[in-house]
Amino acid sequence: MVKPTKVTNHIRSLRFAAGEMTQAELADRVGVTRQTIIAIEQGRYSPTLEMAFRIARALGVPLDEVFQYPEETK
Amino acid sequence: MSFEEKLTWVNLFVTLGVATTYFVVVLTPLGEVPAAEIAYQRPLLIAVGASIVLTIAGAILAAIGTAISSELSGQGTVEDIDRKDERDVEFNRRGDLLGYYVASVGALGVMALTMLESEYFWIANTLYLSFVAAALVSGVVKLVLYHRGY
Repeated sequence: MVKPTKVTNHIRSLRFAAGEMTQAELADRVGVTRQTIIAIEQGRYSPTLEMAFRIARALGVPLDEVFQYPEETK
Repeated sequence: MSFEEKLTWVNLFVTLGVATTYFVVVLTPLGEVPAAEIAYQRPLLIAVGASIVLTIAGAILAAIGTAISSELSGQGTVEDIDRKDERDVEFNRRGDLLGYYVASVGALGVMALTMLESEYFWIANTLYLSFVAAALVSGVVKLVLYHRGY
């Protein structure tokens, strides 16, 4: 499947680092559906900046530890 | 599958089922009877009413199904039913926008038929077909976004 977004993330590993938090628990804390967390983890959806901050806050880490964007190559 | 995606499936199936039934009923006599003599008004009103009633009934069934399955599987909660997030809103917006384009093209067709003084039968049914096509395109776009993402 082609990934439609260049944004990558470490949500899955950060969830495990945060006491093996489940997708459902993270979804509850962020206030979104579990399917949205799954879609973000799999790179099928780029969240808004606001949701990205809420995810980072729920995981207890800075935003750029959760989401990465590749450098532009000339 | 999020509850909003289930509702999209409900809308798609209801639209497809009702419209297919309506067009089979109304277009079948077309070869034998002139368009102006086909009584499309009553079936059209029934089709519109049925779409509304079946969509509401489908949404209620989807809610009950979601509640039961979340209870049985232990995955998710009943609260998932009324949870709608920015992803749902965004996909709805994109789907509705494309549906709007389709309906607009259909409206141009209706305008042309009116200028050509076509039978009311063709004007009314082209308009209904525009709404149906818009709903189908909108639903398919939403489902593609839910599965493929963007």
